[in-house]
Amino acid sequence: MNNFRYSRASDIADAIRLLAPDPGAKLIAGGTNLIDLMKENVERPSRLIDISRLPLREIVETPDGGLRIGALVPNSDLAYHPLIEQRYPLLASAILAGASAQLRNMASVGGNLMQRTRCPYFYDTATPCNKRSLGSGCSAIDGLNRNHAILGTSNSCIATNPSDMSVALAALGALVHIAGPNGERTIALTDFHRLPDDKPHLDTNLGSGEIIIAVELPPHSFARNYSYLKIRDRMSYAFALVSVAAALELEGNAISGARVALGGVAHKPWRSLEAEAALRGQAATPDHFGHAADLLLQGASARSHNGFKIELARRAVVRTLMQATNATPQSQAHKKIA
Amino acid sequence: MNGYVGTPTSRVDGRAKVTGAAKYAGEFTADRLVHGFVVEATIPRGRIAQLDTSEALKVAGVLDVLTHANRPSLADKDDAWKDEVAPEGSPFRPLYDDTIKFNGQPIALVVAEEWATAKFAATLVRIDYEQAEFATDLEAERGGASEMDKPHKPRGDAAGALAAAALRHEADYLIPTEHHNPMELYATTTVWEGDGKLTVYDKTQGVQNVQKFLCGVFDKKPEDIRVLSPYVGGAFGSGLRPQYQVVLATLAALALKRSVRVVLTRQQMYGLGYRPMTIERVALGAKSDGTLDAVTHEAIAVTSRYEDFARNDTGWAEQLYSSPNSSFSHKLVHLDVSTPSDMRAPGAASGVCALECAMDELAVALNLDPIELRLKCYSDRDQSENLPYTSKQLRQCYARGAEAFGWGRRDPAPRSMRDGKELVGWGMATGVWEALQMPVAVRIVLTSNGHAEVSCAASDIGTGTYTIVAQVAADALGLPIENISVRLADSTLPQAPVEGGSWMAASSAHAVLGAAEDIRQELARHAQAMPSSPLAGVDAQDIILAEGTIAKAGERGRAISIADAMRYGKLERIEKQKLNEFPEDKSHARNTHSAVFAEVKVDEELGVIRVTRVVSAVAAGRILNTKTGRSQIMGGVVWGIGMALHEETVMDHRFGRIMNANIAEYHIPVNADVHDIDVIFVDEPDTHINKLGVKGLGEIGIVGVPAAIANAVYHATGKRIRRFPITLDKLLG
Repeated sequence: MNNFRYSRASDIADAIRLLAPDPGAKLIAGGTNLIDLMKENVERPSRLIDISRLPLREIVETPDGGLRIGALVPNSDLAYHPLIEQRYPLLASAILAGASAQLRNMASVGGNLMQRTRCPYFYDTATPCNKRSLGSGCSAIDGLNRNHAILGTSNSCIATNPSDMSVALAALGALVHIAGPNGERTIALTDFHRLPDDKPHLDTNLGSGEIIIAVELPPHSFARNYSYLKIRDRMSYAFALVSVAAALELEGNAISGARVALGGVAHKPWRSLEAEAALRGQAATPDHFGHAADLLLQGASARSHNGFKIELARRAVVRTLMQATNATPQSQAHKKIA
Repeated sequence: MNGYVGTPTSRVDGRAKVTGAAKYAGEFTADRLVHGFVVEATIPRGRIAQLDTSEALKVAGVLDVLTHANRPSLADKDDAWKDEVAPEGSPFRPLYDDTIKFNGQPIALVVAEEWATAKFAATLVRIDYEQAEFATDLEAERGGASEMDKPHKPRGDAAGALAAAALRHEADYLIPTEHHNPMELYATTTVWEGDGKLTVYDKTQGVQNVQKFLCGVFDKKPEDIRVLSPYVGGAFGSGLRPQYQVVLATLAALALKRSVRVVLTRQQMYGLGYRPMTIERVALGAKSDGTLDAVTHEAIAVTSRYEDFARNDTGWAEQLYSSPNSSFSHKLVHLDVSTPSDMRAPGAASGVCALECAMDELAVALNLDPIELRLKCYSDRDQSENLPYTSKQLRQCYARGAEAFGWGRRDPAPRSMRDGKELVGWGMATGVWEALQMPVAVRIVLTSNGHAEVSCAASDIGTGTYTIVAQVAADALGLPIENISVRLADSTLPQAPVEGGSWMAASSAHAVLGAAEDIRQELARHAQAMPSSPLAGVDAQDIILAEGTIAKAGERGRAISIADAMRYGKLERIEKQKLNEFPEDKSHARNTHSAVFAEVKVDEELGVIRVTRVVSAVAAGRILNTKTGRSQIMGGVVWGIGMALHEETVMDHRFGRIMNANIAEYHIPVNADVHDIDVIFVDEPDTHINKLGVKGLGEIGIVGVPAAIANAVYHATGKRIRRFPITLDKLLG
């Protein structure tokens, strides 16, 4: 861990004012990921700007019937908020699939969007990693890559995004509200995270001096037919090998709308509009879901140890969509895959 | 003598532990205490070409950076570095010279007024290496394995019998490297007492082992160093040998003449010992009637280049399964890694896992029920020495375990049982461990108020030693357990070896018995000497201590209170110290046994495995405490679930570095992975092994569990996974 300056932002404008001129500065809220990375000398911020006291902890209804979630709402508060539990249970479920109760109590919504990959080479400063040190090379491509990306990879990085919450937000079509030196802007959650390309050091499209202030959920909440299924190496407290956020709109057994997002397979939550479009008007059957999974996984490619994830993802998509169809969402409390 | 022994007595130290009153090595403090932070090597082999500490030393609050170049004197002979459980070889010496022997090796200690300052300054130490060629991959280097002494003599002609066998099963089973990950981090607080004298609070399984080691390494007299470890937050074998942080904290204390604390990080603990990755090759040859004609077991295990760490992986078949022909071999591959260490049931956890998977495969090939095969091959003698057992109720373990599990309802065909989307599998395996006894001395001080203090240098590593010592003492002295206080883990107390190998329960209990017997005799003498003593004329052997009195056995009316007898003898206190005595007896084999039954449910499409039920039926002589004993076995079962499904230290052999050195990525079972665990203690009276009939429970709980689960996975899926852990990717496709 390095020495750093510490500033407490008095308001959003103050946070931006402190952040913008200092490329080494980092915002800190719950710190559940940043502090870990600082302990490992992966993050060496020149300054920590504490935003944890900013008034960004509200969950309010938007005029169009959606919800606006302050960036500092703790993950637990979000998952157990009555409006989320009732109207966006997919999001609640995904959050509860992640981390542990203690971490969820500390972690903020904005921080969850900003969490960095769990690639072991990224964490180990004694090994090359393009994400940590651009140009040093990717150790995972020819190394230990059992839990690395199968979609959207590049020759410089095959890391995955570890968030569960983001996968549900991607499926729900969430928006991210951002404030910066040039005012506020809004981008789709699916455009918030980047693919690695040749700039794997950049996880997101957040500009310099910008700060997440809220996440907005659109009115369409898929509260009936949804499921979040996370497949991992133990039943809890592990990062996903593959996770699936699925949401359906059904008329009888016919699909009128479908959302499917994958976690643990790419540098960002993975959606395919083509796959979702292919489901519209179809009957909710395993065959159709399998076809959609194939479309979703189009272009998937494996490295030496992660080939199993392609078939696993395909099967998990079908299972999750069946859970959604039957309105029997995966429980995050039972010690069992439904 | 009865009362507390054999009952579910709650831990006498339980309250101290849950309230935080129990202090651990890293929690002791001292005046002007300073903190050390370890800088580790990031290459597996080579030498330090340059080590620049100048930037670190500039940091305000940094007192010193100790390296091989500026450290105080350390012993230069291997003998001084050999602790009581060191393997053959030349032990690792931290900060000794510029040689790098393994990744994660400590190469500098930054000492500062504050821990955070030391940690920061550690990032400023610049090291240039001359890297040498290295090898860390056991499978790639398997051909370079060298044979150790034969653990067991061969019998008959195993190769010939195998070749001629009606049915043969032969396979490699791979046990990966595993790390202990005790909850408590390795820590030492070395208190500078002035004048070169040191009090060392260390996380260890053996304070006297550490004390002797430190005296050797730092050329100190025994009276100069006192080592204490009153509580240990889990160790599982990793604390048997003195770990490097105790050397570093003590080195710094001597260099600075100040008290120093060194706490390792979780990541740094992956540079300590571990269960060595081992290729277990088992071959079984059977006659068509299902009896064994040949057993061979070869283990090929990792060790460091500087020490030959080897345990008894092979040869357990000699104890379990009758076969006229057998041979065993243990090979080591020397790699650029730190030396492995004992980890719960060392050797057996790995070796019996392979043997019991192989027996399951043989049962399938013979179309026999796995229990039936084991009963057909049941050995009433330890074949290696051709000895009977002091007791062996393994048949009862099979019977009671099978009954509790419902084994009779098992359809033997793989993939024949299911529950919704899940395939159900039932598997079983045998467990075996040694029942060892070691020299331990105990001192009991009985005071006239009817209170006794029992003290011994033995550690309680969380297993319940405080409690069983109190139970045995309370019963032997006829006092309520509240009147017994127990002091452990101080090197100035009566002698004890490291706490390990499941030997401490029997060893410490019998030392308590010995000292209590001396007290009984002295009290009896005083009681009988009293005027008009109700015990006059009673044979001394018929006098017992019960309910605070000295009484005639079977005639409790004839009694004198302990207080009165001591008052009469003008005694404030009676102090007796005794070394336990076990008769030298090589006429019997001494072992504990278990039969483990596991139910798994495997999601047919997704490969997700759940261990939904485990029944462990254990025969381990007399159980001193059924509550802590049950916890021991449950803990072993949970660890066995981890060994079967989760645990694996993953190394990138291009860098020779462990890549999951943290407990987020190094998986052990969490609550969600643990379902029903049923522990059965089978009655096993053993009048031969020792007075109390105690055998010890530390290791037996894990042995057999991984194999029972692997066999259940086969039964569920029809897939035989021989590379552990069994992760879901191995079941897909």
